Amino acid sequence: MSAPVKTSADPAAAGERRGPRRRRQKGIAGNTLWFWLFVGPFVLGLLIFSYLPILWSLVLSFFEAYNTVTPSKFVGLQNYVDMLTDRNFLSSLGTFTIFAVFIVPLTFVLSLALALLVNQVKVARAFFRSVFFLPTACSYVVASLIWKLSIFNGVRFGLANTVLGWFGIENIAWLSTVDPPWYWIPLVTVRLWLQLGFYMILFIAGLQRISPTLYEAAYVDGAKPGWQVFRYITLPQLRATSVAVLILNLIAAYQAFDEFYNLVGNVNYARPPLVYLYGISLGSIQDLGHGSAGALILAVIIMLVTLLQNRIFGFGKAGD
Amino acid sequence: MPAHVPNAGLTRRDLLKRTGGLAALAAFTAACGGNTGRPSTDGGGGGAKVTLSQWYHQYGEAGTQQAAQKYAKAYTDANVAVQWTPGDYGSKLSSGLLSSKGPDVFESQLNIGMVKSNQVVALDDIIADVKDDFLPGDLATNTVDGKIYGVRMIIDPQVIYYRKSMLDKAGIKPPETIDDLIAAAKELTTNKVKGIFVGNDGGLALGSPALWAAGGDRLTKDHKPGFSGEGPAKMFGKLRELYASKSILLGSPTDWTDPGAINQGLVAMQWIGMWAVPGMQKVLGDDLGVIPFPALDASNKPAVYSGGWTQFVSAKSANVEAAKKFVKWLWIEKEDFQEDWSLNYGFHIPPRKSLAAKASKLQSGVAADTVKLNQEYGHTDDPAWTPKMGTAFGDMLTNVIKKGADPAAEIAKAEKTVNDELSRLFG
Repeated sequence: MSAPVKTSADPAAAGERRGPRRRRQKGIAGNTLWFWLFVGPFVLGLLIFSYLPILWSLVLSFFEAYNTVTPSKFVGLQNYVDMLTDRNFLSSLGTFTIFAVFIVPLTFVLSLALALLVNQVKVARAFFRSVFFLPTACSYVVASLIWKLSIFNGVRFGLANTVLGWFGIENIAWLSTVDPPWYWIPLVTVRLWLQLGFYMILFIAGLQRISPTLYEAAYVDGAKPGWQVFRYITLPQLRATSVAVLILNLIAAYQAFDEFYNLVGNVNYARPPLVYLYGISLGSIQDLGHGSAGALILAVIIMLVTLLQNRIFGFGKAGD
Repeated sequence: MPAHVPNAGLTRRDLLKRTGGLAALAAFTAACGGNTGRPSTDGGGGGAKVTLSQWYHQYGEAGTQQAAQKYAKAYTDANVAVQWTPGDYGSKLSSGLLSSKGPDVFESQLNIGMVKSNQVVALDDIIADVKDDFLPGDLATNTVDGKIYGVRMIIDPQVIYYRKSMLDKAGIKPPETIDDLIAAAKELTTNKVKGIFVGNDGGLALGSPALWAAGGDRLTKDHKPGFSGEGPAKMFGKLRELYASKSILLGSPTDWTDPGAINQGLVAMQWIGMWAVPGMQKVLGDDLGVIPFPALDASNKPAVYSGGWTQFVSAKSANVEAAKKFVKWLWIEKEDFQEDWSLNYGFHIPPRKSLAAKASKLQSGVAADTVKLNQEYGHTDDPAWTPKMGTAFGDMLTNVIKKGADPAAEIAKAEKTVNDELSRLFG
């Protein structure tokens, strides 16, 4: 007699088969629940505090909205036309351009140099990384106040002026002198101090991804250590990291606010777009229609520049 | 852990999941809250009481915050929570007034935009009985279309204080014209001391007084730009001359609203408000004189900016009547508190004529001189002058003073913005 064949009608057998699946299904449901419980609040926060305001800003940009966040009078594209012909807004884009011209290449070169130096250190490597990374944890506002009150104030007991005094150079009003525009030195150096460590860490990560065999092969082929190896091995291998650093840097430059606001205030010769838009929409002017239009124009410019930069440098191409 | 054990408790993973989820929820719900200045409870003062939120900017004089809290605590008809705001009070207030979570009662300066967008309520009913006891300028600065929207709390004349000893040593008389001022600032400048401090921005605070001292005004009575013409252009050019003379202090650790620069001997003269007089007297004693902003020439009059703060009631308050009642109590009925606020910390002129007449601390010395200058040359703000106009005016001054731009061309640019704004507001 052959052994009885178990059929699907056999409850015991069905139970054996369904048991693990049920457990798995229950497990998935549990995981999904926990996923939403952890992620949900943040998604909700993103929707409420980011996407909804962007949508509302889009609506407001087509309306007159003085001293109110409720659209009061439809004006079509007039706010956009006004902002694109507003010399102060255009001048703020000019301020950004000057800032970006200073800060993007300087941050790139100096953070790469720091990464190369720190990566080669044989002793106390963690210490050196921490030393350069620590300023990243400092608030822009606090750093700006230290720069303004202690280092770059215009009187004789400011650190910079004290040092100049040793060489017989007169006090300089760093933040108030427009001709020559000394205010760029505090503005650029405070951001460099604050962000170099972060980009240094990105470059260190990039450097550690480079296979040592590439260097060995280069030496075998006669490449000289130093510039030649850096030029033909290190730099090409850091392409993905470099593009990321450049893009992040440029976007961060567009978003410059804290150091400008705290160091020079809302002055027209050093007013980046966010300070200008803050002044007209969230500051005392409270013109939220024009402010919203300006913010959206700025967002579109950032997107276009990022896409363009992406296209030029080919970020994310195969083989990177 | 064996699954068959009843009530076996939580596994480590379960515990982590649950506490993590709760923490995330708590963080989210906390983020959804906001500090409106109101206490989370009624403060223990009785369940039926209304709670009012009263907003102040940060005054520089020691003791002012405690004084504001003392007044609030002394009020028995409502719980009053004082919110003291360091930093950019103007922006915070503007944002606060957009929602019902802003202040019920707040201090500020009126502009017509606040009235047109229904942010403040008229206070004619609470001020009616004592209206005659206020100076006409202090009523005008809070009046739009015949309605009074605020109760003046303090008057803050802004003038030039100087070190008598330094001027005497240099053989200089107190300047009477802008040319005298420029010459004096140059003469008083040494390698250790600058002639004058007018703010780290190079003198934007001087813009309106300089305009008045040149015969102009920000707006004319019939709501037109009043800052064009030869006199104002010449005066703005003089401000540039002062800036370029290298006799003004720039980059001071504290700005012009704080007496730090003159007290530390960094300058011989400083543009500042009367609020700083007690602080300056404490350090400099009687070595302190005062002048108004000097006239352009003999055909014009000097000017004093008669600034100050006013108390308003937010139209978005859920308790407008209770807020009005509190304002009436504090800034109209409680004369002892008004006197305390004006005279026991920094010096301010009490807006009520009857109180100002009794203010003994303002009846001698440099304080008395400042009060006199304010009476003779004081100018208050025009509520039709909006922040947008102020920004255009400030940009014009920056371009002239700091960049040396042609004053007439810059005035024309600012006039365009001001005209656009006037068209929007008055048609």
